[in-house]
Amino acid sequence: MSILFAVLFYFATAVLVLGVGSRIRKYAKTPAPLKIPTTPAPTTRRGVVFRMIKELTIFESLFKSNKWIWLFGWLFHMGMLLVLLRHLRYFTDPVWSWVVFIQPFGKYASIAMLLGLIGLLVRRIVVDRVRYISAPSDFLMLGLLLVIGGTGAMMSFVTSADIISLKSYLLGLMVFDIRYLPSDPILLVHLASVAILMIIFPISKLLHAPGIFFSPTRNQVDNPRERRHVAAWAIKLEQK
Amino acid sequence: MAKVDYEIPELKEYPVIPKLKKDAMAHSAPYVAKEKFQTSLGYAGELVDNWQEVAIAKMGELTTKYRSLSVFLDSCVKCGACTDKCHYYLGTTDPKNMPVARQDLFRNVYRRYFTLAGKLVPKLVGAQDLTEEVLDDWYTYFHQCSQCRRCSVYCPYGIDTAEISMAAREVMATVGKGQKYCNEIIGKAQTLGNNLGLPEPALADTLEGLEEDVEEDTGVAVKFPLDKKGCDVLLITPSADFFAEPHVDGLIGYAKVFHEAGVSWTMSSYASEAANFGMFIGSYENMRKLALRIREAAIELGCKRIVFGECGHAWRVAYSFLNTLAGPFDFLDPAYPVPQHICEFTHDLISKDKLKFDKSENDHMTLTFHDSCNVARASRMGDEAGGQFTLPRDIINATCNNFYDMPKHAIKEGTYCCGGGGGLLTDDLMELRVKGALPRMEALKNVTENNGVTHMAAICAICKSQFSKVLPYYGFEMDQIVSVHQLVSNAIILTKDEDSVIDNEAETDDTVVAA
Repeated sequence: MSILFAVLFYFATAVLVLGVGSRIRKYAKTPAPLKIPTTPAPTTRRGVVFRMIKELTIFESLFKSNKWIWLFGWLFHMGMLLVLLRHLRYFTDPVWSWVVFIQPFGKYASIAMLLGLIGLLVRRIVVDRVRYISAPSDFLMLGLLLVIGGTGAMMSFVTSADIISLKSYLLGLMVFDIRYLPSDPILLVHLASVAILMIIFPISKLLHAPGIFFSPTRNQVDNPRERRHVAAWAIKLEQK
Repeated sequence: MAKVDYEIPELKEYPVIPKLKKDAMAHSAPYVAKEKFQTSLGYAGELVDNWQEVAIAKMGELTTKYRSLSVFLDSCVKCGACTDKCHYYLGTTDPKNMPVARQDLFRNVYRRYFTLAGKLVPKLVGAQDLTEEVLDDWYTYFHQCSQCRRCSVYCPYGIDTAEISMAAREVMATVGKGQKYCNEIIGKAQTLGNNLGLPEPALADTLEGLEEDVEEDTGVAVKFPLDKKGCDVLLITPSADFFAEPHVDGLIGYAKVFHEAGVSWTMSSYASEAANFGMFIGSYENMRKLALRIREAAIELGCKRIVFGECGHAWRVAYSFLNTLAGPFDFLDPAYPVPQHICEFTHDLISKDKLKFDKSENDHMTLTFHDSCNVARASRMGDEAGGQFTLPRDIINATCNNFYDMPKHAIKEGTYCCGGGGGLLTDDLMELRVKGALPRMEALKNVTENNGVTHMAAICAICKSQFSKVLPYYGFEMDQIVSVHQLVSNAIILTKDEDSVIDNEAETDDTVVAA
C-alpha cells in the first residue's frame, strides 16, 4: 500500500506540474492581439494589479453578479485555502510558526469549505438555469471535493488518523524514501481522491485557477490610445 | 409597426428572471451571405464539402491567435453567474441564450477535438461532435449575441461571450456560412466607403441640403464640409448620421459645435463610415482593411486630429483598436488623443466655458440616458476610468434641465444592449430585436412612470435605429429616442456673424409674428 500510494502521488504530481505548466506556457505564448479589458478598467499597471487582487481575494465580479454563488464560492475557496495552508505541517519539519498558528482556524475552515460545496451542489440541482448548463463532470467534481473535504474533516473531528506515521511517510516521499503508510481506510480514500484531483486538474475546468491570471478582460491596462499594442502575427499583416 | 405572430414580452415592474423554455428561439436565424459577398471578403462562397475539417482547423488556429479564446474556453466552471445577465435570455427565455450555454455550443466542440477529456470521455464532460445540427445551432445562436459584454462584467474570470461569438462567426464565414447583413455591409464599406453604399455625389448633395436646412433654421451659415484638405479635424461618423432620424440631428449638433469652436473640420467620402462591421464577424483582417481607410483619408486630407461621431461599436473599434489596426498616428497633432470622441470634444469646450446654451430649448423633454453597450464596457472617454459614463451625462446636464437616470442595474457598466447590436440590426431578426429590447424597455418604463421621462438619449447609431423601430412594440413612440448632440443642437446659442444677422433677423421676426 505504501508503494502503491507513492507511485500514485509521484504520478499525480508529475501530471499536475507538467500539465498545468504546459497550459500556462500555452496561455503565455498565445498573443492577445487586441485591447479588450472590460471597462471601466484601470489605466495603469498598478491599477490592474489592484483589480486582480480584488478578483482573487474577494471575487469582485462574482459579488456583483450573484450573492448566493458568491457566498458559497467564497466560503469554499477561502476554507480550502486555510485548509491547504494548514496541511503544510505534514510537509515541514520543524513546522513553521505561522503554520502552527493557523492550525485551529484551518481545522474549522474545513466546515466552511464543506458548507460552500454543499451550497454549490444544491444550486446546481435546484436552480433550473444552473442545472441546464451542468455536465456530469460538474457534479462529479463537486462530489470529489466533498469526498476530500468530508474525509479530511472526519479525521479532524470524528476519528483520528495516525498523524505521526503519515507525516513521516510524506516527508519520506519528498526525499524519495518510501516509509510506512498507515492503512486507515478513511485516510486512504482521502489521499486517493486528492491524487485523482491532481491528475484531472490540467484537463478540466480547474484550469480556471491559472486561467484567471491570463484573462485579457481583467489583466489588460486601459491605454490603447497612449500605447500601440500589436501582436506578432498582426505585424506580419503590416509587412505584406 | 407590422402585425407580428409572436408574443411581445410583458413589461414587469421589477426585472424577473424567467423560467427556461427550450428552443424558444430555435427558429430565428439571419439570411446566409450570397457567394459574391463571401468571396469578396476572402471566404468560401458556399458551404465547402469538407466543412468539418476546415472548421476544426480554423478553431485550432484561432486558439493560437487569441489568448482570450484559449483561456475562456478552458476556464468556465459553469457557476451560473452569467445565466441571467443576457438581454436575449431575459427577453426570449431560450436557455441557449444564457451566455454560458451560448459559449458551450462552441466549447463542447472545442473539448471534443482539442482536449484529452473530450476525446476520451465526451459524454462525461459534455463534449460534442461538430455535426450539421451543431453548425445550425451555431448559426442560430451566435446570431443571437450582440457582443455587448454584459456577461463579461459578471463572470468571475472575465469570460467574454463576445470573443467566442466572434470566433464562431469567423469559423462559420470561413466554411462558407457567413451572415448576409454583415458581409454585404462590409463589402460596401470596403468599396464605397460606407455601410449604406452612398457614393460621393449623394453624400455631397445630402450635406449641402443640411447646410441649407440649418441656415434656414438658425440664420447662421453652419458648414458641413466634405473632402476639404488641410482642416484641423477629420470627422468620422456612422453613415446613418447622414439621413436617418434622430441620427441626423446629432450630426447637425456636431457641426454646430465645430462652428462655435471655430475649428476647421471635414468629413471624408473615402472613409465615410465610423462603424466597423469587421469586428462583428470576428475578422481581424477585414476590420483592419476598414480601419486603414480612415488612416488613408487622414493622410490624404492632411488633418491634425480624428474625431468620431456618436456610434457604439464604432467607438470600441476606434478607441480600443484603431491604433493597433491602423497606427501609429504619429503624423497627427500629438496634443490630442487619437481618436477622440465627439463627446470628448464637446465636453472639453463646455468645461472651458466656450459654448453657450439655452437649456430651456429642451424643456419640452424629460430625459434619460441609454449607455450604449460597447461604449460602456469596451471603451473610455476622457482621462479617467468611467469617463464614458460621466461625459455624456455632463453634456446632457449642460444642455437640458430635466434628466433622470434609469435604475442602477440597467445603466453604466450594467447597461443592457438595445437589442440590435453586434450585426443583428436586420429585418430578418426582428423578433429577436423586439424581445432583446425587453430589459431596456422595462428600465425606461420605470423612469417614465416615476420621473416623467419622455425621451431617451443615446450615442450610438445602432441603438438609435433599433429603438426607433422597437419602441412602438412596447407602447412608446418611435421618436422618444434622441441623439445626445441633438440636445446640444437644440440648446446651443450660435454666434451670428454680422452679415447673416441682418439678413435673417427679418425672417425670424416674421416667424414670430406668424406664430
